[in-house]
Amino acid sequence: MREYAVLGAFLLVGIVLPAAVVIGGWLLGPKRANPVKNSTYECGLETVGETWIQFKVQYYVYALIFVIFDIEVVYLYPWAVAYNRLGLFALVEALIFAGILVAGLFYAWRKGALAWF
Amino acid sequence: MQQLDRLFILIGDWFHSLLAQWLPEPVVSAIGMLLSALIIMTIAAVTMLYMTYLERKVVARIQDRIGPNRVGPFGLLQPLADGIKMFTKEMIVPTQAHKVVYNIAPVLAVTPAMMAFAVIPFGRDMVASDLDIGLLYLIAVSSVTEIAIVMGGWASRNKYSLLGGMRAAAQMLSYEIPMVLVLLSLVLMVGSLRLSDFVDVQTVPFILLQPFAFIVFLISAAAEVARSPFDIPEAESELIAGYHTEYGGMRFALFQMAEFVAALGMACIMVTLFLGGWRSWIIPLPSWLWFVIKTFILINVWFWFRGTFPRLRIDQLQALAWKFLVPASLLHAIMTAVLVTFFPLVKDGQLVVQGAEWLTTTVVYFVANVVLLFVLMLLYRPYVRRTVRQLRVATPAAAARQQEVQAA
Repeated sequence: MREYAVLGAFLLVGIVLPAAVVIGGWLLGPKRANPVKNSTYECGLETVGETWIQFKVQYYVYALIFVIFDIEVVYLYPWAVAYNRLGLFALVEALIFAGILVAGLFYAWRKGALAWF
Repeated sequence: MQQLDRLFILIGDWFHSLLAQWLPEPVVSAIGMLLSALIIMTIAAVTMLYMTYLERKVVARIQDRIGPNRVGPFGLLQPLADGIKMFTKEMIVPTQAHKVVYNIAPVLAVTPAMMAFAVIPFGRDMVASDLDIGLLYLIAVSSVTEIAIVMGGWASRNKYSLLGGMRAAAQMLSYEIPMVLVLLSLVLMVGSLRLSDFVDVQTVPFILLQPFAFIVFLISAAAEVARSPFDIPEAESELIAGYHTEYGGMRFALFQMAEFVAALGMACIMVTLFLGGWRSWIIPLPSWLWFVIKTFILINVWFWFRGTFPRLRIDQLQALAWKFLVPASLLHAIMTAVLVTFFPLVKDGQLVVQGAEWLTTTVVYFVANVVLLFVLMLLYRPYVRRTVRQLRVATPAAAARQQEVQAA
């Protein structure tokens, strides 16, 4: 329990410290805002069109593949921790599991999901 | 020596007994936790300040320059001057920006980077929280930073920032997989997620047992904290500064801090997992001093990367992660699983390798790693050759040359 309480202390200090620094900076710095200063900075050119647009779909595809593999890893960690108590059966199981995932990765690769265009 | 090794623990105990005279026990332990968090974070912040100085000096030397040398002797006060400058800058919020998210993002970027230090053993018995799922906690915490970066990039409502934030997300997501998979092989060897167990087992540092894992982790960790050559999220020559273009003053400093502290945290993790943590090598120095020395060496390796490698393009970056590192690290984990059945290091929580057995075990693991590397190189040779051929044709100059050859 003590271990998790320490994490709580870290979270608390970790939020308070940077927040205090930002507030300190806000107190010390000058406050002379004007519309030109507060406009969007894109290399001195005025911004054209809407910024929050539909984005390149490739990022979404990568995120999807990431989710699959991340969940895989979550399943593999308990296996790794208990491995030296489980014996040969666990190895075969994990091989089958990893094999299916590798097959999935190569399917995605063949389908062109990993290509950047 | 013994006293020096336990210096910080003795100071802590003394302070604890001092407070216990006036205050009840729960309050004292609460104060102790908060103070340990505060001290570790302050040390991390000061180290981060001097990392910026060191980086500028090292990169300057690599590029045959001198680097900062005006403020104080050898420019040693430069980071402080930078800090004061950041503090007194005006804090601008762009009119277009999403105010709430824009303000939260820099704070949220620093918090997880700092929280990673909670479970790292800095010396013998010097760990704030010896969590039994320490490694899993580290992985979880280190991936929160990318949310903050996407938030910063999106909330700025600037096209460069958005692009930088999206790139950062794609890159950090992709490199998290090989990083975590390669740690799996270490977990297989140790059979625990507690970081102090990793240090206890490493009579021979794991960098010698699993050099391939170390290289993969070094690459993925560099990508995970967006250090060059994987710094496309903030590539200054194409994206101005990426996700922190619209940030100024202290908020910008916090993003910068998050990046450096995350790099420092990654170096600490690598020291703990691969270089034997606080264990001393040959020369008997206090355990925490050895930890500092090893971390310093690894940080310099990253600065060396920065000075020598060109930046990767995003398609190359993703190809490296998904087409090479993920299958390779999965293969490595399976190889380690097979090795562990025949050459176990730990059985039922007890270290079973002793004395001269370490030599055979190290040699077996090392050779297996080298063999795996060669097998992978052989497997990927046709793919690499094909890609190189395509790249040659793709450049306009090469295409023109080929046409000339065909015409003649």
